[in-house]
Amino acid sequence: MNPSDHGFNPAFNMAAIKQVINEAVERVRMPTPMRLRDLIRQIRAARTAAEERAVINKECAYIRSTFREEDSVWRCRNIAKLLYIHMLGYPAHFGQLECLKLIASPRFTDKRIGYLGAMLLLDERQDVHLLITNCLKNDLNSSTQFVVGLALCTLGAIASPEMSRDLAAEVERLMKSPNAYIRKKAALCAFRIIRKVPELMEIFLPATRSLLSEKNHGVLITGVTLITEMCENSPDTLQHFKKIVPNLVRILKNLILAGYSPEHDVSGVSDPFLQVKILRLLRILGKNDAEASEAMNDILAQVATNTETSKNVGNTILYETVLSIMDIKSESGLRVLAVNILGRFLLNNDKNIRYVALNTLLRTVYIDTSAVQRHRSTILECLKDPDVSIRRRALELSFALVNTNNIRTMMKELLVFLEKADPEFKAQCSSNIVLAAERFSPNKRWHLDTLLKVLVAAGNYVRDDVVACTIQLISESTSQQRYIVEQLWQALERDTQDRQPLIQVATWCIGEYGDLLLYGPSTSEEVAIKASEDDVITVYQRLLWSTQNTIVTKQYALLSLMKLSSRFQAGNDKIRQIVDTFGSHLNIELQQRGVEFSQLFRKYEHLRPALLERMPPMEGARPNNGSAVLTNGEAEDGEGFGEDGSLLLGTDGSKKTENDAQDSNALLVLLGGSEVIEEGGGDKVELPKSTGTDNQDLLDLLGDLDTSGTGTANQVPQINVQNNNILFTSNQTNFLVDGLLSSQPVVNSIPSIIAYDKNGLKITFSMERLPDHPGTTIITMTAVNESTTPMTEFLFQAAVPKTFQLQMMSPSGTVVPPAGQVTQILRIVNPNKSALRMRIRVSFNSSGSAIQDQAEVNNFPPESWQ
Amino acid sequence: MQFMLLFSRQGKLRLQKWYVAHPDKLKKKITRELITTILARKPKMSSFLEWKDVKVVYKRYASLYFCCAIEQKDNELLTLEIIHRYVELLDKYFGSVCELDIIFNFEKAYFILDELLLGGEIQETSKKNVLKAIAAQDLLQEEETPQGFFEDHGLG
Repeated sequence: MNPSDHGFNPAFNMAAIKQVINEAVERVRMPTPMRLRDLIRQIRAARTAAEERAVINKECAYIRSTFREEDSVWRCRNIAKLLYIHMLGYPAHFGQLECLKLIASPRFTDKRIGYLGAMLLLDERQDVHLLITNCLKNDLNSSTQFVVGLALCTLGAIASPEMSRDLAAEVERLMKSPNAYIRKKAALCAFRIIRKVPELMEIFLPATRSLLSEKNHGVLITGVTLITEMCENSPDTLQHFKKIVPNLVRILKNLILAGYSPEHDVSGVSDPFLQVKILRLLRILGKNDAEASEAMNDILAQVATNTETSKNVGNTILYETVLSIMDIKSESGLRVLAVNILGRFLLNNDKNIRYVALNTLLRTVYIDTSAVQRHRSTILECLKDPDVSIRRRALELSFALVNTNNIRTMMKELLVFLEKADPEFKAQCSSNIVLAAERFSPNKRWHLDTLLKVLVAAGNYVRDDVVACTIQLISESTSQQRYIVEQLWQALERDTQDRQPLIQVATWCIGEYGDLLLYGPSTSEEVAIKASEDDVITVYQRLLWSTQNTIVTKQYALLSLMKLSSRFQAGNDKIRQIVDTFGSHLNIELQQRGVEFSQLFRKYEHLRPALLERMPPMEGARPNNGSAVLTNGEAEDGEGFGEDGSLLLGTDGSKKTENDAQDSNALLVLLGGSEVIEEGGGDKVELPKSTGTDNQDLLDLLGDLDTSGTGTANQVPQINVQNNNILFTSNQTNFLVDGLLSSQPVVNSIPSIIAYDKNGLKITFSMERLPDHPGTTIITMTAVNESTTPMTEFLFQAAVPKTFQLQMMSPSGTVVPPAGQVTQILRIVNPNKSALRMRIRVSFNSSGSAIQDQAEVNNFPPESWQ
Repeated sequence: MQFMLLFSRQGKLRLQKWYVAHPDKLKKKITRELITTILARKPKMSSFLEWKDVKVVYKRYASLYFCCAIEQKDNELLTLEIIHRYVELLDKYFGSVCELDIIFNFEKAYFILDELLLGGEIQETSKKNVLKAIAAQDLLQEEETPQGFFEDHGLG
């Protein structure tokens, strides 16, 4: 760099000397302020936080006073000190205007510190736009390249939309500057401006193209960055830049073929920064474009095979290359090469490389399962990694790889993982194991064993849907009931306090099949398990009196005990005593059961045996192994389902078949539907049809469901329904409306709308009109998680103008797994048939942070309300 | 890149560079949370953190942590190279850099970063060019601060 570059002439130096003399005079009048390094020393010497605060408060007070006195000699030093204080977390906003004064100073030192301060203390939200814009405009026209550089750097860091508009023309001019130092900075400023105000892209287009014909790597890389941003922003521009593919290929080729160049070398790789940027731009240009993809196949293969992989830097490039190969329409051989690179990554010692490999495999697993399958054992090995992010990725990937052939080995590993897993994994992992077992289990015995292991390993983290599935499976596997009831009895005898779901399943089973346990012929291969009636009663007493067990568990246990009264051969006195004590239980649900059950021992004794008969097998409506397609997204659909206990409402709007709903329905009836009462909130739900609460209603409802079902034979025998109906008349109201909703035929097809699409969350509304209620619109809200992390505590709220009435059913869940969904039904009564409008609010937790947002939905199609 | 933070093993912030506009309060909150999260991580863990909607890449050099928040589509491994490049530049400039150099010359650390990155993107891939630009600007500062007359005139 030669001195004339600075643009400083002798005249200016004279001025500088004059200024120095003036300042010297000032200095005599004023005490010298503390130097920056002395302040830092003092602060570091402070032994307590209070001492540090005292030092800083004193200095801040002094700095404020110099600002008030408009001291320009020491302003630079004072601002520097203030910036240090700011970094320690103390307020420094009073320095904002002083920074602008420094920027306006002719001295380079002042400008350098002034711009630094502006970048730290101001950002695009401050109200000093006009002032800073003027300063920047002046300096962008400076003859000193470093002054222009400072101004560009500041603009790039804090440009607001207004500043972008005001200064775009200046930046465009500088992009054509003969000076590479300025050109590269201007290109990145343009990048920032386009990001803020995309419509300004037009003016930069001509100057951008020529950036690629540069030799200077700084200009090249900034040019590629700028073009990438433009292509991502506008499909037209993307089309426009398709023609640069050969240029990019040439630059990349030169980079990998060129010999050692010390200036750009990073451990034997030539300018990895530029290579990665070019690979990424190629990916964008080649996406969905066979011709462009064809043009880059060779170079991608070349990079993939020629890159040195002993260091992180080589793997960086390979990683970017793999992403590009996967995204463009590349040759199949190249894709295999890419997956193999990832396979090698998995074996790498560097955990960072293993992490990106898992992440990338997860993205490609649905496209190319068999290629990923080959690396299965390595992926399972990653489940034991000390790093939680690696474990999480490996877990997701493992579930994506489970199929009929590998289910036994995979499950073994996954169950080991589940047992040792952190609590945050347990719920998700256990639900996923249950789903995978459902689809791919080789036989019933294995399936039941797996479910049992899940209940033991995941304890209280098991979601309610697992309980429901397990009970359903046991019920339909008539040949295994004796075996499983023995297993569960053994599990129940052990300590089970932190395993409420296990107790629930076990008590349900023992209630239903207690006779098999007590008197049935032993089927167990091992030593026969013998339990006496007294043993059973003792365990039940423990369960029912323990304060550790939840109310729901006790409900299961009490009902189960009641059922046992008709299974026992010796006598019911003890059962009767226990049941009677619940007649005065504090919990109203348990009390009601206690009272009602007591009646069955007295007035209605003659009904008891019939009422407590064993449930007929509940048939499942799960996909069978033959048709199980490997789509993890589908599997996760049902995940949140039933979490809040409201199985029936949960399944309503989802894509599940009617059968499914009916299943859960039957299950709820069986269990007394206690949870539904709490969750369903009868007040929310209008009862258009049934006001009576006689037994027949529930039957009607099930009848309704049957007719609307998909035709699979699925009968809930009458006697059973009646049984439970007598016992739990209070619960049926909840079923009715939902049954009604799910059985309503779709009247006409109204196009769905996207109500919200931000933060990785996409919410769509699909509308239905009911023929008998023309003023009513049923909206099914489907929230899909498009991010890679699960959304927990998901809550969807909606409000409508006063002329409408809105009812919201319970959501299908509160957890939205990645690529999974949650649905919720909204019922809108619109008597005036006015245009629909809605305000929605969503809140959820993602990766530990709470996100809340609101939006207005005004784009309802007229068919949905006219 | 959305922001870069440098902090010590004791959790003291040494440098912060924001390329996104956040209110001061939020910046402080993010900084505090990230520092705690990263310091709690074990050395055996990867350098990547999925944190809210950003990817966080960090690396420890002696007593200092370098931490960058990048966007979903950015290359994590390359971010590690950027961090390393920055460390190399600091090392060349200060001559075997240590935390104290960055504490007492924090403005220089910012100046070097601003020649490497602009608006959160790489602007220069040649170490030589970055150091040349810094040296020339330091010279400009020296020229207007006559030595001998008032030795404590500059930042001191």
